[in-house]
Amino acid sequence: MSTVRVLVGTRKGAFILTSDGKRERWNVDGPHFAGWEIYHMKGSPADPNRLYASQSSGWFGQIIQRSNDGGKTWEQPGTKPGEPTTNPDGSPKGESNKFVYDTSSGSGKPLTTHQWYDGTQHPWEFKRVWHLEPSLTDPDTVYAGVEDAALFRSSDGGQTWQELAGLRGHGSGPKWQPGAGGMCLHTILLDPSNPERMFVAISAAGAFRTDDGGSTWKPINRGLKSEYIPDPNAEIGFCVHRLAMNRSRPNVLFMQLHWHVMRSDNSGDSWHKVSGNLPTDFGFPIDVHAHEPNTVYVVPIKSDSLHYPPDGKLRVYRSRTGGDEWEALTNGLPQRDCYVNVLRDAMAVDSLDSCGVYFGTSGGQVYASADAGDHWAPIVRDLPPVVSVEVQTLP
Amino acid sequence: MIRVVLPFHLRTLARVEGEVELEINGPVTQRSVLDALEARYPMLCGTIRDHVTQQRRAFVRFFACEEDLSHESPDAPLPEAVASGAEPFLVIGAIAGG
Repeated sequence: MSTVRVLVGTRKGAFILTSDGKRERWNVDGPHFAGWEIYHMKGSPADPNRLYASQSSGWFGQIIQRSNDGGKTWEQPGTKPGEPTTNPDGSPKGESNKFVYDTSSGSGKPLTTHQWYDGTQHPWEFKRVWHLEPSLTDPDTVYAGVEDAALFRSSDGGQTWQELAGLRGHGSGPKWQPGAGGMCLHTILLDPSNPERMFVAISAAGAFRTDDGGSTWKPINRGLKSEYIPDPNAEIGFCVHRLAMNRSRPNVLFMQLHWHVMRSDNSGDSWHKVSGNLPTDFGFPIDVHAHEPNTVYVVPIKSDSLHYPPDGKLRVYRSRTGGDEWEALTNGLPQRDCYVNVLRDAMAVDSLDSCGVYFGTSGGQVYASADAGDHWAPIVRDLPPVVSVEVQTLP
Repeated sequence: MIRVVLPFHLRTLARVEGEVELEINGPVTQRSVLDALEARYPMLCGTIRDHVTQQRRAFVRFFACEEDLSHESPDAPLPEAVASGAEPFLVIGAIAGG
């Protein structure tokens, strides 16, 4: 029977939740990296026992962890004890936590500043890795979305990282501005039908697409609207919270924008609003059913000033029509006095025949539904605030 | 023998318990101590000082002999008591109060 492994990143460590395919009884393993913020963990589709984790701390910075046994043991890829930490010329070697922005003339357009909250220019400063996206085919290749926004790639299992500088260098970089959570590249979608195509999203710059493996990028924000951006034709400046796709239909994208749920049927070239009858269309996560490309999930949040569910009721909304028509999923979720949030990377689906849906909250609960959202139950209730949730379906 | 005391989370990363003891040939300075520490424990590279600039991270402080050495030159000699191993060199995650 298949098993399910849920990778949970929290403000105070990582947890690994496992169950058989029934998804009724769960084993909770953790905390791993206790006391550290775990922004994201994700497994390689090519080797499910290869996991990557982003571990960070305001004091000691960024750490990358790697597991080769499904999270039982972890290591920091990089220089081993006893090996030199410098190159023959004396310069420090690349390390798993060394994310250095490309400022070389070879990248064509080295960037040093972006726009700050007050409109002035501000130096680009690496802070942390928000999202790790392993390659669909090579366990040693993994992408990292970082704050301040940039995209890095490692092709040696996370030992060293190189920036894909064409993203920041495409032209609008000096106009990018941080959202309330910082200027983060938080979403990386790999097109399973086209290895040269990739989508990323940045708060608050917008969504971008490459069709040449990451060398060059174009903004894909046409059709997005924001009351804070008076120019209806603005190319960038949008606080995209999350993108999602179904692997069988990668040209159709769904987006949770700051406000508004959006859909694109042409790989992001244009977007239209599908918020429909949602009680509020502000929110963070969005995901798509593993087998039904028109079934989409969001968690409406009251507003950009009030990051909790409307009316104290935690409700996942599901559309089975690709947007516009939404139904509230409440069975098993608290329907009174609930004021938690669900962050952008804290929802995921499994790929069992009856698609499982999972999300974690700022209150430390991880909820699971083994029937596509009809019924919910908490796997755990009292973890630290949940930052990210990923799911692996194992044979 | 130089004694170094690391904060809890860096001891966890380095997989050590208690003090770290380092052999240093030549002048005993912040830089030579941190170079030796990172050579022995490469997983600490970047956690105490920046990979490229070698600047101390903003929320990390250095103390020894009840003195705050955080703002001393990285190439200034550390106190003789540290160089002789009588006192440890303390790496501390900065906090207010305690």
